[in-house]
Amino acid sequence: MLLALVLLPIAMGALAFAAPSPRLRTYLVVTGAALHAALAVFVACSPPPPMFDRWLVLEPLGRLIVPLLSVQFLLCALYVPAYLAARPERQRQNRVFCACLLALGGTMSLVAVSHHLGLMWVGIEASALVSAPLIYFYRTPRSLEATWKYLLIGSVGVAFALYGSFFLASSALHGGQVSSLLFEDLVRAAPHLSKPWLHAAFVILLIGYGTKIGLAPMHTWKPDVYGEAPAVVGAVLAGGLSTCALTALMRFLQICTAAGDGQLARSLLVVFGLLSMGVAAAFMIGQRDYKRMLAYSSVEHMGIIVFGLGIGGLATYGALLHILGNSFGKGVLFMTAGNLHRGYGSKLAADVSGAIHRFPASAGLFLAGFFAITGSPPFGLFLSELAIARGAFASGSYLGAALFLALLATVFIGMGAVVISVVQGPRGAEGPREREQRLTLVPPALCLAVVLLLGVYVPPWLDSALREAAAVVEMRP
Amino acid sequence: MSSLLEPLLVTVLLLNMFVLGATRLRAVIGASAAQGVCLGVLTVTAHGEITFEVVAIAIAAVAIKAVVIPRLLYKAMRDAAIARDVAPLVGVIPSLVIGALGTVFAVVFAGTLPFAGAHAGTLVLPSSLATVLTGCVVLTTRRKAITQVVGYLILENGIFILGLSLLDAMPFLVEVGVLLDLVVGIFVMAIIIHHVSREFSASTDAAELAELKE
Repeated sequence: MLLALVLLPIAMGALAFAAPSPRLRTYLVVTGAALHAALAVFVACSPPPPMFDRWLVLEPLGRLIVPLLSVQFLLCALYVPAYLAARPERQRQNRVFCACLLALGGTMSLVAVSHHLGLMWVGIEASALVSAPLIYFYRTPRSLEATWKYLLIGSVGVAFALYGSFFLASSALHGGQVSSLLFEDLVRAAPHLSKPWLHAAFVILLIGYGTKIGLAPMHTWKPDVYGEAPAVVGAVLAGGLSTCALTALMRFLQICTAAGDGQLARSLLVVFGLLSMGVAAAFMIGQRDYKRMLAYSSVEHMGIIVFGLGIGGLATYGALLHILGNSFGKGVLFMTAGNLHRGYGSKLAADVSGAIHRFPASAGLFLAGFFAITGSPPFGLFLSELAIARGAFASGSYLGAALFLALLATVFIGMGAVVISVVQGPRGAEGPREREQRLTLVPPALCLAVVLLLGVYVPPWLDSALREAAAVVEMRP
Repeated sequence: MSSLLEPLLVTVLLLNMFVLGATRLRAVIGASAAQGVCLGVLTVTAHGEITFEVVAIAIAAVAIKAVVIPRLLYKAMRDAAIARDVAPLVGVIPSLVIGALGTVFAVVFAGTLPFAGAHAGTLVLPSSLATVLTGCVVLTTRRKAITQVVGYLILENGIFILGLSLLDAMPFLVEVGVLLDLVVGIFVMAIIIHHVSREFSASTDAAELAELKE
């Protein structure tokens, strides 16, 4: 069952690769994503038994992440047919695009369900490889440059992740423990792991997986890649792949906590979280390119989540809720930004002004998405940021909490200036109000609805799922 | 057999220095290939008993790191008409100083980590760390796309050295490291298929990949 979660989208991807017509392929993407989402919800409701000697396991954290990944993926997939139909000049890339997008859905699921740290690494590496052709979709020199940076920086990160896994393995080996990289074995053996190796391993893993997450100062690929990649790919990378890398990081945090070294790991996370928020805030002020701005917003939100994980307690719950809100919020912003980019033929804020008059629906959703992602009430990210801030105050780290709130406010102002000028601004000279394709509006609207729902009503089953996952991350019994 | 272990690791360290000091691209590629041969021999010598698995990994390491990838890199140099010099951002002497300091750091840092088992007290961990650091230096201080690939290759060699000490305990983890070689292959293919060189004039200079910045 768990294996099906990984193989189903990959098989659909192969099918899409073989399919003769471009239109058929886009429908296969939607079908594959829908089947995958149905399967993910099913396994989350009734967790199947572990497979392959516990290499694939669905525990409470996975029960939260797997459906999140696949529902967000489905909403992005719904956007694909209209997106590709509007770009007939990209007909030739259509085949590889559809196949790789579906495969990415499968490799992301692999990361979420694998409890063997080597296999999890394979999932991350495979995700990087299949997402590279997606970024190179437009075949422009700039997209080539972005793809090159993505592969190079990403691969160095992945190499460090493997090196860190070797260190972790050594910490078991030189601690005199059974050598195994099965997650459960490591947690059980954690108190006896060799401490110096474990500390070094966590730092290297944080650098490695932090590169994939996009934490500052390893975030430099993000603005280029999110700026140049097709909008829907940006949504999947920012909402899905970043979440996968975060899941990996949470697993290592669990091991450190079990070893009694949680405090050291957590303080590193707090530092990297605040640093990421600070760097993002600095680059967001005066940002001229609204797609790059979204990338910095992603860096900021990864910082918020990592900060929350570092604080722990109530903030862990907040961080997990924030992962949910961030994934869907990024869906709204990237997809509507893609609509505006298409409509105006530019992603510079200087060229796009008063979009609300020309594309009222896209611009309105973009504005709403901005309020959602910056944590304004009544959206879900307000609740999660509040929980993280409360957690920080409760844990007594007043300086961290103050910095956290100040940076949130800075980002709100910096991002707001760009978004307001794009949406409201003086009406541009070009063009009257245009008809918008409904299919490019429904997916972001659905994403927005999810974020709104998270803010006004967290259903009891979701609340208990979040609590269980938080308990797992914190290693509370 | 294991008497060969230390000399080979010292050779790897010397090759690191050679890479940092070289000014010719062909020499740098040759040095990384020589490291590949060392790693292959190391795989066999580092193990008391020679099993099929060990031999297979050794042969794969030599074939990929010392034959296939260097040949691809030479081909890329020819096809993309890449000039022969390394074009460092940081000069040769500072690079060597950084490399030497990195090696000292690696030895000191390795001393703080307890190492049990057959390879206790050997140069396995220091040379692994030093090689990883050398790879990072080459990656960040050399301008051309192709030298960045070589830097990545050296980084990967460093990871492989540490993997040797884990080969008995968890072969799966070491074997998946082959995926990293796949990435290198993809990089080189990108250069060969002329995408990187064609679209940024003929120089394959990563500094020209600088349109995207703040």
